[in-house]
Amino acid sequence: MTSLIHSLKVSALLTSVTLAGLMSSCQQEAPVDKYTKEKVLLIGNSTEPQALDPQIVTGVVESNIITALFEGLCVQHPSQEGIHLPGAAASWESNSDFTEWTFHLQPNGKWSDGTPITTADFLFSYERILTPDMAAKYASVLYYIKGAEDFNKGKNKDFKSVAITAPDSHTLKLELKAPTPFLPDLTKHYAWYPVPKHTVLKHGKMTQPNNPWTEPENMVSNGSFKLKTWRFNDQIYVEKNPLYWDADQVKLNGIRFLPILNPYTEARMFFNDQLHVTYGLAPEMIDHSRQNYTQNFKQDTYLGTNFLRFNVTHNDLKNLKLRKALAFAIDSQSIIDNILKGGQLAAYGMVPPMGEYQPPHVLSYDPQKAQQLLKEAGYGSDSGKTLQLTLLTTDKESAKTIAEAYQDMWKKNLGIEVSIEQSEWKTYLDKLTKLDYDIGTGGWIGDYPDPTTFLDMWKKGDGNNRTGWHSEEYEAILRDAEQTRDPKQRIKKLEKAEALFLSEMPIMPSYWYTQCYLLHHTVQGWDPLLLNNHPYKFVDLVAETAQ
Amino acid sequence: MLSTVISRLAQGFVVIFCLLAITFGLIRLMPGDPFSGEKSHAEHIIKKNKERFKLDRPIPQQFAAYLEALTRGELGYSAVKEQPVAKIIGQSFPASLILGICGMLIAILVGIPAGIISALKKNSIIDYGAMIIAMIGISIPSFVIGPLLAGQLATRVPFLKVAGWGDPFDWILPSLTLGLATAAYLARITRGGMLEVLNQDYIRTAQAKGVSQLSIVLKHAIRGGIIPAIAYVGPAFAALITGSFIVETIFQVPGMGQHFVNSTLSRDYFLLQGVVILFGALIVLANLAADIALVFLNPRLKSNNA
Repeated sequence: MTSLIHSLKVSALLTSVTLAGLMSSCQQEAPVDKYTKEKVLLIGNSTEPQALDPQIVTGVVESNIITALFEGLCVQHPSQEGIHLPGAAASWESNSDFTEWTFHLQPNGKWSDGTPITTADFLFSYERILTPDMAAKYASVLYYIKGAEDFNKGKNKDFKSVAITAPDSHTLKLELKAPTPFLPDLTKHYAWYPVPKHTVLKHGKMTQPNNPWTEPENMVSNGSFKLKTWRFNDQIYVEKNPLYWDADQVKLNGIRFLPILNPYTEARMFFNDQLHVTYGLAPEMIDHSRQNYTQNFKQDTYLGTNFLRFNVTHNDLKNLKLRKALAFAIDSQSIIDNILKGGQLAAYGMVPPMGEYQPPHVLSYDPQKAQQLLKEAGYGSDSGKTLQLTLLTTDKESAKTIAEAYQDMWKKNLGIEVSIEQSEWKTYLDKLTKLDYDIGTGGWIGDYPDPTTFLDMWKKGDGNNRTGWHSEEYEAILRDAEQTRDPKQRIKKLEKAEALFLSEMPIMPSYWYTQCYLLHHTVQGWDPLLLNNHPYKFVDLVAETAQ
Repeated sequence: MLSTVISRLAQGFVVIFCLLAITFGLIRLMPGDPFSGEKSHAEHIIKKNKERFKLDRPIPQQFAAYLEALTRGELGYSAVKEQPVAKIIGQSFPASLILGICGMLIAILVGIPAGIISALKKNSIIDYGAMIIAMIGISIPSFVIGPLLAGQLATRVPFLKVAGWGDPFDWILPSLTLGLATAAYLARITRGGMLEVLNQDYIRTAQAKGVSQLSIVLKHAIRGGIIPAIAYVGPAFAALITGSFIVETIFQVPGMGQHFVNSTLSRDYFLLQGVVILFGALIVLANLAADIALVFLNPRLKSNNA
């Protein structure tokens, strides 16, 4: 017995000695130092992308990778909004009312296999995404083109009915159904990117589902990087595309996108020099990062709004004054300061301030006004009426904390008991869509920097509305704005539409988003952008600036 | 023996079929579908996508179509990831297999010796110490042990990373997190089994005849004492191989566990079905392997099975 125990002890000792030897012989360079020297950016990218076909995907995670691989007609400026740089198009012009646009493609534009990029690729791409059989979820982003919506909905079977023409191999003309001064912004959206006709057709039919053209061994792209490896749930590596028309501008040799689902893991990886940029930052990590990683902590304005939806078909919530009472009783700033801590702005409108657009200031925290409105609504303490309302939210712990804050404010300021219902994501969406809720949390990220990306969704029948509210007058103002040629007048009309919308209070704006993340000090050319869509060709890694 | 194996495999086939049928129905009864998201899509797009994946048909018809595809060896395409299910599983399984094997090795190398020593040193400080540690190991969940190991060990040991799956050193921390909890169970089970055997008459006879303690333990006690542990190891091995969502996300392991959770949450029907078939098959095979091992350790079971 003693000898057995002794032999086990000896084994344990030998194991520990071996481990100690391994530890001393394996002094490794930190990944960030190694990859900074190699000019390979390490990015946390939340989760595995849905796909890498720009005409199939719908999310931010996919967009982050696709903008490295592909390029639209115009490119985002690395630090300034509203400035459009040449991309696949070397230049462009429009008519005076922004309904006809002409894009001149890069004369030396090539796909990553050396094939010239021509207008045939763009015609093919737009036909592909709009063809009903493709069932592309973001086809609607191209509905600005005359005839695109009818073709996509099968009302017109001939693609020639879509007002896209190519007078020659490098000139693309688009005729739009309404004045669209922000078209260059739209072309930065991945749904507008070209796909290589010759490669797509080599590996399948135009609208064939699951066409393997995006496999690493097959993929051909026109962006500043090309796909090298794609290891599922592990990483996607893109390397510099030497045939890119502006390859001299590209400073990085490659980018590794890591699908790190757990934000705490991602933060730990950053703190231990395994990442250059994180995808985000959990609210619990914000104070710690702000204090201990002062130069790495970033808090950028992000084009998005968090709000509460009111189900206006609900027996009680169809009462406008009750909806207003509930809205005026909420102190969003307190939620920001005590829970979110990410420097968000208390929202007083649905559309975040952008450019010349200023959302109407119709909402503020005012408990007295809230109580007055509640009384006028017929639900005062002396009314004898009891309110039974439920706040629907997602099953995340942070969602519960915020919901409890709302619940507490309604109790404290209005004396209303609101219960909380947490549902897992798809059930939550299903309940919202079927109007099977009273009050529901919600959020919206803009697709492009124009107020319409926040206002169009409230039209009757829009799948994103989910409140039961609609207004003929609201839609008439939006239609009027759509046909307005003067950009300033157009903005004024959109502001008027939002004022009407908020006066009806089908939603209560809560806060405007910020994007909190960690950025390594060796990363250069990564400046705040409203859509967080950093053009990688301007990003650099500079080791000598290390502190 | 062969007929027993064939019979058990046939039973396993029925079990997997039932598992698949129940999962197939339940996931489709849950609200939502693979195509719903925060940003909703136009109705004609959703309709087209449902047609593409045959989700517009009644559930029994969908099941028949799925079984028909299965007979051709096709697991279908993920409706969310737009990738063949077989490819997704094929790319994720190696990491889970490595993690499972390493975790099991740690569990066996730590748990069984600890259980044996505890039994041999019954009611001593060593016994109490080992069992208290085992109880702590069982009680502390992996989402506590994982970050602790990542935060305390990985930041101090040069070749360890807090997360990632690049080289064999990256296997250490997730394997430890998975393996130590299993080791704790194994230690307690082994201790129990050993104590029962050590109290048998034939052990006392051997001691009376002056056989050395080492021989008694190695030749007579272990064989019978670890039978409960072997019965536990089979299913535990299958569970470790099929991955752990928590360990995988803490250490950024590209394994299978996250598919099981995420495919349910995102209503990725076909990926979930593929994962269920694999999990079912692994559990059936691991149980069968454990039963065979038990027969070899305890020949009396052979006659019972026959």
